[in-house]
Amino acid sequence: MAKYSIFSLLRNARDDHQNWPRVWRSPEPKDAYDVVIIGGGGHGLATAYYLAREHGITSVAVLEKGWLGGGNTARNTTIVRSNYLWDESAAIYDKSLKLWEGLSQELNFNVMFSQRGVLNLAHNQHDLRDLSRRINAIRLNGVDSEFLTPAEIKAFCPILNTSPKARYPILGASLQRRGGNARHDAVAWGYARAADARGVDIIQNCEVTGIRRKGRKVVGVETTRGVIKTGKVASVAAGHTSVVAAMAGLRLPIESHPLQALVSEPIKPVLDTVVMSGLVHVYVSQSDRGELIMGAGIDAHNSYAQRSGLHTIEHMMASIIELFPLVSRLRMMRQWAGVVDICPDASPIVGKTPVEGFYINGGWGTGGFKATPGSGWAFAYTIANDRPHPLNEPFALERFSSGRLIDEHGAAGVAH
Amino acid sequence: MSRQVNRRPEGGRIDRDRSLGFTFNGRRYTGFAGDTLASALLANGVMLVGRSFKFHRPRGIFSCGAEEPNAIVQLGAGARTEPNLRATQIELFEGLEAASVNCWPSVEFDAGAVSDWFSRLMPAGFYYKTFMWPARFWPQYEYVIRHAAGLGRAPAEKDPDRYEKFHVHCDVLVAGGGPAGLAAAFAAGRSGARVILADEHSEFGGALLGLGAGIGGKPAIEWVESTVGKLRGMAEVRLLPRSTVFGYYDHNDLGIAERVTDHLGPAAPPGPPRQRLWKVRAKQVVLAAGAHERPLVFADNDRPGVMLASAAQAYVNRYAVRPGERAVVVTNNDSAYQVALDLDDAGVKVAALVDLRPAPEGPLADALRDRGIDVLGGRAVVATSGGRRVDAVEVGRLNDDADRIVGGTRRINCDLVCVSGGWNPAVHLFSQSRGKLRFDAAGACFTPGDSYQAERSAGACNGAFRLADCLAQGLAAGAAAARDAGFRKGRAPAAPKAPEPEAAPLRAVWRIPLPGDRARGAKQFVDLQHDVTAADVALAAREGYAAVEHLKRYTTTGMGTDQGKTSNVNALGILGQVTGTDIAGVGATTFRPPYTPVGYGLLAGRDVDHLFDPARRTPMHAWHESVGAVFEDVGQWKRAWYYPRGAESMRAAVDRECLAVRNSVGIVDASTLGKIDVQGADALELLNRVYTNAWDTLKPGRCRYGLMLGEDGMLFDDGVTSCLGENHYHMTTTTGGAERVLAWLEQWLQTEWPRLKVYLTSVTTHWAVAAIQGPNARRLLAELCDDVDLGAFPFMSWRDGTVAGIPARIFRVSFSGELSYEINVPSSLGVALWQALMTAGARYGITPYGTEAMLVLRAEKGYVVVGHDTDGTVTPQDLGMDWIVSKKKKDFLGKRSFARSDTARPDRKHLVGLLTEDPREVVPEGSQIVEEVRPAPPMPMGGHVTSSYWSAALGRSIAMALLVNGRNRHGETVTISLPDRNVRAAVTKPVFYDPEGEKLRA
Ligand SMILES: Cc1cc2nc3c(=O)[nH]c(=O)nc-3n(C[C@H](O)[C@H](O)[C@H](O)COP(=O)(O)OP(=O)(O)OC[C@H]3O[C@@H](n4cnc5c(N)ncnc54)[C@H](O)[C@@H]3O)c2cc1C
Repeated sequence: MAKYSIFSLLRNARDDHQNWPRVWRSPEPKDAYDVVIIGGGGHGLATAYYLAREHGITSVAVLEKGWLGGGNTARNTTIVRSNYLWDESAAIYDKSLKLWEGLSQELNFNVMFSQRGVLNLAHNQHDLRDLSRRINAIRLNGVDSEFLTPAEIKAFCPILNTSPKARYPILGASLQRRGGNARHDAVAWGYARAADARGVDIIQNCEVTGIRRKGRKVVGVETTRGVIKTGKVASVAAGHTSVVAAMAGLRLPIESHPLQALVSEPIKPVLDTVVMSGLVHVYVSQSDRGELIMGAGIDAHNSYAQRSGLHTIEHMMASIIELFPLVSRLRMMRQWAGVVDICPDASPIVGKTPVEGFYINGGWGTGGFKATPGSGWAFAYTIANDRPHPLNEPFALERFSSGRLIDEHGAAGVAH
Repeated sequence: MSRQVNRRPEGGRIDRDRSLGFTFNGRRYTGFAGDTLASALLANGVMLVGRSFKFHRPRGIFSCGAEEPNAIVQLGAGARTEPNLRATQIELFEGLEAASVNCWPSVEFDAGAVSDWFSRLMPAGFYYKTFMWPARFWPQYEYVIRHAAGLGRAPAEKDPDRYEKFHVHCDVLVAGGGPAGLAAAFAAGRSGARVILADEHSEFGGALLGLGAGIGGKPAIEWVESTVGKLRGMAEVRLLPRSTVFGYYDHNDLGIAERVTDHLGPAAPPGPPRQRLWKVRAKQVVLAAGAHERPLVFADNDRPGVMLASAAQAYVNRYAVRPGERAVVVTNNDSAYQVALDLDDAGVKVAALVDLRPAPEGPLADALRDRGIDVLGGRAVVATSGGRRVDAVEVGRLNDDADRIVGGTRRINCDLVCVSGGWNPAVHLFSQSRGKLRFDAAGACFTPGDSYQAERSAGACNGAFRLADCLAQGLAAGAAAARDAGFRKGRAPAAPKAPEPEAAPLRAVWRIPLPGDRARGAKQFVDLQHDVTAADVALAAREGYAAVEHLKRYTTTGMGTDQGKTSNVNALGILGQVTGTDIAGVGATTFRPPYTPVGYGLLAGRDVDHLFDPARRTPMHAWHESVGAVFEDVGQWKRAWYYPRGAESMRAAVDRECLAVRNSVGIVDASTLGKIDVQGADALELLNRVYTNAWDTLKPGRCRYGLMLGEDGMLFDDGVTSCLGENHYHMTTTTGGAERVLAWLEQWLQTEWPRLKVYLTSVTTHWAVAAIQGPNARRLLAELCDDVDLGAFPFMSWRDGTVAGIPARIFRVSFSGELSYEINVPSSLGVALWQALMTAGARYGITPYGTEAMLVLRAEKGYVVVGHDTDGTVTPQDLGMDWIVSKKKKDFLGKRSFARSDTARPDRKHLVGLLTEDPREVVPEGSQIVEEVRPAPPMPMGGHVTSSYWSAALGRSIAMALLVNGRNRHGETVTISLPDRNVRAAVTKPVFYDPEGEKLRA
């Protein structure tokens, strides 16, 4: 892998950038691999990377039905944080956050991870109580989290409407300073490049259409580019997790919904943190390009179509103006939707399945971008050792029959 | 004030009697009514209007419409300022103020232009490759990047304007009012169909406004005027000028942004909204959105003075403005020939027409030659020169494959370069509708393929570039749409004649090669707004970002505010070229809504300020206000929180209120409680299915408390339901859960149990509820009610009666542990009831109390509040409420989950009471209980404090908590970890006051 740096940039500028190597090869699929990963999103690519990096398993193919990173990786609002309520969540999200902190250097690809902080707002006594509970739990889990008063919020994020006369006045907020944003595409590309350099085959335009089993064991996958033999199939298909699982004969407790997002036209910096409100229901940050990027709740209906509409974003706009009255004259430049896979407890499924050799990493729903490194790391361990890592053990499929749920709905409000 | 040096002496669709003064970058100019800011600037000789995003290169007006990549301005100042508007779309008004964005100190001398010197270090995606070392410097690097990025500025104040929404249905929506759209609207309108015709411009006519063409032997504009006149006469046709159809969503749901008063500026009358959002559900849609001209990609094709040929034509014809003095027209197709003729007519010297095609023939070429204009075939402009404006072009001869320049080049002086690389149908809305595009090799453009929704495209957006075809397609599409919408008469009228010479095929050359001596380094711009060059596209392909979406994201082509209207197809063409596939194989990116940016305020409409989510107030709200109550938000409700007297603190007020209830009588406004009227033959069955306990034995006149669970067995809501009669119940829910419970019950009834005959009606706001609680409650009620036998009115029953002369439904239930009556009267009589109770209660010292005292009182009794002491992970058993979970019922929602191993675990978190060692210590709610105290986190947690109060009645603090295995830990001492210290507390039963419930049943 040719190293990226200011020096390589200078060197290449001399010959007009004619000699930059490819970021990843574009190999034809081989007949067989040790591990086949379905889904070339961030999680799938991270899984492949850590399989090679941590476990020396390099006979790995990542099969992507479209273009690499084109699913939710390309569509999310890029909020990264680890201030989750439950111990199990805190552990895996904070592992992820720690990996984020060195990811650009690890991958030698600038993923532009910026710890500009994440504010979660409280608007009434109920919110404040929940916030206090969360801040305490998060702090005692060894994760950073602090409370800000309205005056401190105003100082930290001046454009927020902290007037006590607001319809839903801001009474307080939690702040995780280590949280922030990253550049979503760069995460996919960076992992892809680094995995490719370690021998992983990344195969785009290759849709998995079937999973072959012999008895209770996986033996291969059928794809639009032929059959591939393998003993281990890992589904990392996000919005299509239940579709892929059905190919292995499994029914998952997952529902897929559209989730919409939009950006404004680029403007000069006004917002240097991430602001989330569960009650007013919107979350927003400003990209390095100057766009305000924002999202809200899922569309109520189930769908696999990545279609946006007006009804959800009209409400989103009302919410954002409630929080930031001065955005009213900005303009929406682009809107879109992704398909998110939601478990009943709003926590993911990462682990083994009743089908031998079939592993699932999905159900991250509206909030899995932040988990990309940690999820890939733990999932790679699970695949390599055929047993879950303690980090993802609680996120097993069995929890839906045992009832040991990790309910991040209840107290989390917005789970992005 | 400068003269309009470039204004033609006559002609144009401007009103020369209405001269308008405006300022641009602080300088004053005048224009005319009918001008856009761009045409007025050109009239005044201003071409340099902006700086590019990345390299801060000088940029001029490039187009005359929505596709403009360069002329981005900040309009106005103060609260009404608006960033990033396109000068080509701003209608001029008196007093308009605008300024260039993203340049400092001025557009002429922009310090940021130094970045152009380093442009070699800034190819596409350079930031992914650097700024990584040292890691801790990234925030500094990023600070610089962020401040360099962004175009205009957000206003610093609240938007003073108002926005409205219309929701409408129509039979045929026609998007675009050019020749095809007008024809379509006419054909559809004739049939009697309800038609909406929307066009983003101030007047209908589309491209015809800028062309000198003829229809039916008359100037085209006459046909436009007569057609618009006919449409005006049709009762069911609605014409929407200044209205952009910006989004095409599922089920023929379209969004239109109408600019109602923007063009009036400060003169806008106060009545109408600034903009209006039309949400249209159309049976049929005709897309007639026209086409955008495509630039040509050659070196330094971004200099001010380089302009789309059709834009130059529109400026001379529609606005009577000469955009330059000496023009070179460069084209790969026929359409620019007429431009050269029109320029010549307008007195712009046309130095040459350069045609990429080898041997230009035909009447248009002849006409040019007749006028002595050089027509240079087989040649291309390879580069431009100049400073802040182009001063010459370099023309060279293309080889047969168009991949090399053969021979030397020739310099032609000019201050205007009109480019035409062919036309891109405006397929944006079609693509948004989910239609698939196909590549049309002859036109070298993407055209609509099969429709996905009830929609058809007509005219230029359908790849028909000849006027006669546009008219014919428009008429046919309009008639067919009306027919499909159910209007039989829809037959297309005959199309009028619009003679045009046969067009010769275009020659697609995606990137004009550089002369051999300068193979590299020159900037051939593909995306003007984002400074993406052909070399960037090639670099992306070389590195493997060759999927169209990767190309777009890596180079940022088409991600500017113009959404790539002039750049996307050229980028795809070049990508195809460098990867050796044709453009059809490369494919196109999907077009995401909106077509052009749409205001946030417009999308929000009236849902701002207090209308964002209108507050709900109880009928007695004004009374609470009048006595100085402090309110809290509970869901959408404003509830009285406490009633301070004078300078009383919250704690003092709440103590006083609580003691009044315990010692005499208090009164609380309980109107917000959710109330659902349940009726039908299967009403009882429904109750049995959704509550954990059994309801069969509940007799009319009696009430019962119930818990609702989710399917996961976790507490969902609770409340008291009363039997009003056979098959008729009055259900109450928590205040916050009212809507949720109703929706949940309806979901079950409608999707899982459709056979149950049950009808639910929300009656929450039908009733006003005053609850009187305390040992003197019965005495008080007796004074106002003489038709209910209060002696034979036991706990958990209800009676109809008359209270203070008002018909009432009285429930003897309690949330305070005291003798209590909840008196329900029709909402409109709530205040009367309340006042009567206050008056009669005076002798008992009746005390109004708020939600805080209510919470304290119930906590003293150990009553839980769903969502306060529970969080969706708590079973009835966890709360010690096994008694309410029927063992006998075959099934109820959530029952099955009790069999799950984790749900059945005996050592789950249980509700407990906590008594702090220091009785004065009230720990904050939400504090965590740690199982092991360590000097610093992480520390294992065993639970958290859910409720915590000072209890005046007990003279100490009390708390409730969810604690691991708590039920078996009564008597143990636990540690509560606060951020700055630890607090120790004893674990107890969660009941602190009157555990036997004697007062309740008194
Ligand atoms: C609008 C929106 C906003 C969001 N905001 C945030 C946020 O702010 N913070 C956050 O943490 N998370 C956010 N998320 C969630 C986050 O994007 C996802 O949880 C996460 O990206 C999912 O993992 P992934 O990247 O691997 O999924 P994806 O990128 O979707 O990858 C799955 C891939 O599988 C491929 N695939 C599916 N089926 C097959 C098949 N049969 N064969 C081959 N390939 C297949 C798909 O094409 C896709 O590329 C958001 C999501 C959306 C939609």
